[in-house]
Amino acid sequence: MFNLFLLQALNGVQFGILLFLVAAGLTLIFGIMDMINLAHGVLYMVGAYFAATFTALTGDFLLGLAIALPAALLFGLFLEVLIFRHLYERDHLDQVLATFGLILILNEGVKIVWGAAPMSVPIPEILSGAIPLIGPLQYPFYRVVIIAAGLLTAVGLWLLVNHTRIGMLLRAGAVNAPMVSALGVDIRRLFMLVFGFGAMLAGFAGAMVAPILSVEPGMGDGVLILTFVVIVIGGVGSVRGAFVAAILVGLVDTLGRTFGPIVLRAVMDPSAASQTGRTLAPMLIYILMAAVLFFRPSGLFPAKGSAA
Amino acid sequence: MSAGTSNVAVPGAVPDVAPRRGGMLAGRGSALAAALIFAALAVLPPIALAIGDPFLVVTATRILVFAIAALSLDLVLGYGAMVSFGHAAFVGLGAYAVAILASHGIDDILVQALAAIGVSALFALVTGAISLRTKGVYFIMITLAFGQMAYFFMVSLSAYGGDDGLTLSARSTLFGLPVLSSDVSLFYVSLAVLASAFLGLRALTLSRFGRVLRGTRENPIRMQAIGFQPFAFQLTAYVIAGALAGLAGVLLANQAEFVSPAYMSWQRSGELIVMVVLGGMGTLVGPIGGAIAFLLLEDWLAHFSEHWKLGLGVLLVLLVLFTRGGIAGGVERLFGRARP
Repeated sequence: MFNLFLLQALNGVQFGILLFLVAAGLTLIFGIMDMINLAHGVLYMVGAYFAATFTALTGDFLLGLAIALPAALLFGLFLEVLIFRHLYERDHLDQVLATFGLILILNEGVKIVWGAAPMSVPIPEILSGAIPLIGPLQYPFYRVVIIAAGLLTAVGLWLLVNHTRIGMLLRAGAVNAPMVSALGVDIRRLFMLVFGFGAMLAGFAGAMVAPILSVEPGMGDGVLILTFVVIVIGGVGSVRGAFVAAILVGLVDTLGRTFGPIVLRAVMDPSAASQTGRTLAPMLIYILMAAVLFFRPSGLFPAKGSAA
Repeated sequence: MSAGTSNVAVPGAVPDVAPRRGGMLAGRGSALAAALIFAALAVLPPIALAIGDPFLVVTATRILVFAIAALSLDLVLGYGAMVSFGHAAFVGLGAYAVAILASHGIDDILVQALAAIGVSALFALVTGAISLRTKGVYFIMITLAFGQMAYFFMVSLSAYGGDDGLTLSARSTLFGLPVLSSDVSLFYVSLAVLASAFLGLRALTLSRFGRVLRGTRENPIRMQAIGFQPFAFQLTAYVIAGALAGLAGVLLANQAEFVSPAYMSWQRSGELIVMVVLGGMGTLVGPIGGAIAFLLLEDWLAHFSEHWKLGLGVLLVLLVLFTRGGIAGGVERLFGRARP
């Protein structure tokens, strides 16, 4: 039982790390420009497709990843210039409609370019295999790599946000963007940077899961919703909140799916327990979100404090 | 800069959605436009039979169902200025109420409709009470998340078909009589529900309740200052809209004789928003026109290519980018602004 718990907890952390990579950019976009962007999930999908394509072209996953990242960055900047910068000053409804349209375009677009069939990416040779945990227990090495890469990114982001001039502007922008702009900072260029960087992080997440999930149209939609849950729990505009909430959501979701039925078996008969558990487990994170909101309507770590 | 005037999740903040009236069917002519639409719809079945295209009635019933759902969303979106992105969940709950009761042998439409309205109103009450504690981008994300929660609940509810959905063995009955069995009678029942919903919401929005709701849309701080609790009014509107969408779901289940979680997916919620905005928010006839236009456009685009969603997406982005103030604003300028 403990072994199962350990494995599932690691899976939960790995899932949470991926959610964090997608959420980190998006929470800043929401926080700084007060803009709702539904199309962030498709950037995750595009990242996965880039990784699959460049891996197939070069024959090497790491090389493919190295090309996919700047490609995702460029794609993000392209979308920013083409569409997003025209939406900042619109109301939320316009932003919802335009980014909803963008989802339709990109989901259909990848179907046209790459076909509707799922693509798969082999796990690279040097990252395959498993590492021993305790006793006979093993864990796939590639998932450890994902966790490590995500944690490194998180540390890098923490340094960037808390110890650089750009990070200072980001934090200031999340608290009061008009004031930052009034003080002579080109907030538009700052946002373009955030958007491109956020697109690259989402693309990075998509590229990293490409070898363990199937790459298919619409794969970003589910992730987008979970990312929203993460941002709502963590507090809009807070990278720290996104990290804590992402790990929390990853753990609750993964552990709930495994242990929900097991826990319920203590109070009801096995078949009813597995049925109820399977039905309730996917709802756990939403119940968690509702509970957090009930006690803290602006999330765990709101960027806009009482000063706003 | 919009970011300057709208502080997310600060109690009593300025509304994030700027009030927008109008659309292609706004203003004084709205009652006339509604009467014309209803009259045209009423004579549709005989015409469809006369020209030998009975399938037209099936398509039109589908349009009516979504018109009811869009109408209910308009109360929240247009009159309440709450950008709810989970409205399809209520439609789905209503549809599942029919299918689940029918699978237990309860076929009576009155019982099913009552259950559908009860379930969707309860879901709206609970999720609305939590969602309305927040504003702006939070509200959009939370309604979306709750919609997905309902969706995943139905996907994992394997006793009732799960992801595959549930096929109805027959349409609902009334006191044991198969009154809905013909497509034409279902069409007229749907039309009657739509017309009643239109008249009911018209009375509601013109009442004191409706004026408070609109006042909250324009300026919540002022409404609070003169002694109103916007929360209670917004929540009531949210629950009424949810219940009406549930009723639309009852008709949808009967029209398709099949229910599946796909009815509740967030793409459906997005399409409902598009219908409302396309027709004109905050006008009751607008969403009806929007639903007709959207579903016909969908059919028309689908004729060209299997990738019709691409065209729809491009159209949406272009409309938002190149019409100031969004779609409603653009259509408004095309047709001239008519104020009531």
